[in-house]
Amino acid sequence: MLGIIAIALAIFPFVSDSRTWTILLTQIFIFSILAMSYDILLGYTGIVSFGHAMFFGMGAYTTAVMLKRIDPTMGTFILSIGVGMLLAALISFFIGLLTLRLKSHFFAMLTLAVSGLFLVLAEKWRTVTQGNDGFTFKAPEFFKDRIMFYIVVLAILVLVYIFLRRFVNSPFGRVLVAVRENEQRTRSLGFNPLHYKVIASVVAGVIASLAGSLYAVSLRFVNTSVLTMDITLDALLMTIIGGVGTLIGPIVGAAIIELTQHYLSGLAKDYPIFERWIIFFGIVYILAVIFFPKGIVGTIREKLWKRSTKKDAPKSVPKKEDL
Amino acid sequence: MTTLLKVDGIHTYIGQYHILQGIVFEAREGEVSVLLGRNGAGKTTTLKTIMGLTPASKGSVTFHGRDITKRPTYETANKGIGYVPEDQGIFGDLTVEENMKVAMRKEDEATLARQEYVLELFPDLKTYWKKDGGHLSGGQKQMLAMARAFVHDSKLLLIDEPSKGLAPIVIEKVMEAINEMKKTTTIVLVEQNFIMASRIGDRYTLIDDGRTVQAGDMQELIHDEELKRKYLGIG
Repeated sequence: MLGIIAIALAIFPFVSDSRTWTILLTQIFIFSILAMSYDILLGYTGIVSFGHAMFFGMGAYTTAVMLKRIDPTMGTFILSIGVGMLLAALISFFIGLLTLRLKSHFFAMLTLAVSGLFLVLAEKWRTVTQGNDGFTFKAPEFFKDRIMFYIVVLAILVLVYIFLRRFVNSPFGRVLVAVRENEQRTRSLGFNPLHYKVIASVVAGVIASLAGSLYAVSLRFVNTSVLTMDITLDALLMTIIGGVGTLIGPIVGAAIIELTQHYLSGLAKDYPIFERWIIFFGIVYILAVIFFPKGIVGTIREKLWKRSTKKDAPKSVPKKEDL
Repeated sequence: MTTLLKVDGIHTYIGQYHILQGIVFEAREGEVSVLLGRNGAGKTTTLKTIMGLTPASKGSVTFHGRDITKRPTYETANKGIGYVPEDQGIFGDLTVEENMKVAMRKEDEATLARQEYVLELFPDLKTYWKKDGGHLSGGQKQMLAMARAFVHDSKLLLIDEPSKGLAPIVIEKVMEAINEMKKTTTIVLVEQNFIMASRIGDRYTLIDDGRTVQAGDMQELIHDEELKRKYLGIG
């Protein structure tokens, strides 16, 4: 099923010549990668981070700076992704080691502070980042054709999905869920939760950096907005609306949010009131949280589960009173 | 008989409350030692302190001749102490199978043999193998919690009130299982239900207000009406 969707999406740009859709879908793929990485923290390990944008920005800046300073070739692009991921791994490792011992809300505040630090660094280190204004750069020749970039991003999305699925379904992933559900209990089964949380945050950081690298190339431009709270909030909302603790959820969430943003801001041409589309966006969020408290994918899954157990309820589901 | 676990005068604070004020007791290899006492006497905290979940500020806990008082919980667990808490602590979003797998750590022959053994003890778990832990009944959760602690080569099992909130027929099952486990593992049991405690316990330790007041053979306590009346409100 997912394979069919992926193949359909891969064929799409060759059938349709809509540039807007190619760009919009590329954007959705990139944010899907970011949202999935966030879900490893939020959905699987139960860590709330307000600083996820720092890894996204790290990837974006690394790729932008290297493509600008070295040369805009495919080699540099691939190298820059690697460098960005390595940086993200090192930094998430140290930050995790220092902060993940803390209770969840203290951790959330600290991540906010640390990512604020990176934002200030990007603003002030003008020789490299050119401050708030940011800079444009050339993308590798290969990506001149938007369709090529689209295909590459789609392929990366599929690979990241497969990798993360293996990761969360592995014995390691099961311990992450155990940590989320009951940290004390996991500890008394002989696991050191810190160890698992740090690795989860490294994986999430590395994948977010990958998304950032792709994002920068998609815009051929980078500025400090990639490090702002907005990026983290987007990832958070995509995950929550799509469904935490599922990998498909964040992808669905990313699609919904990007499409709604696109559609609502497009309406402004005809209806001036939609210039304030962000207000309507707020309403969509509220409705989503009320009607889909477990996210869209989570709610659908629960419904399916209920239906399937109802069918064979008399046989296999004992009532509480039975035992 | 050798002493497997020795708790020597532990004091534990939870926040500003001085909960344990000198608990002393021993668990001998191959026996079931029962901690008895009123609600709030400090039985659960004693188990938590052994596990390092509420670390002792004074006194020592020795397991297999090694001091584990200040060890982190996961190390204590890896040394071979299994803990079944009062709330069972089942991972609701994991299936029964996954709950077991998390607890098993490794899937070598010995572990798989132990799994086989606990599934014989609790055949219900096999029936619900693919079901989410969160959807089990109270009795099934208790069985899963015990199976989970047992499957990971535990030399000592700390079981906190396994009969709590369960129907009498389920309590019977749980008792049977503990009796079976007893053959291969040393057990420390916290139990309010004196009938159950007296049937499976070899030794008892009476706790009151965070202190050990008496310890001895379960058979002696069964016949000591005075002691039972004073500390357990029965007899």
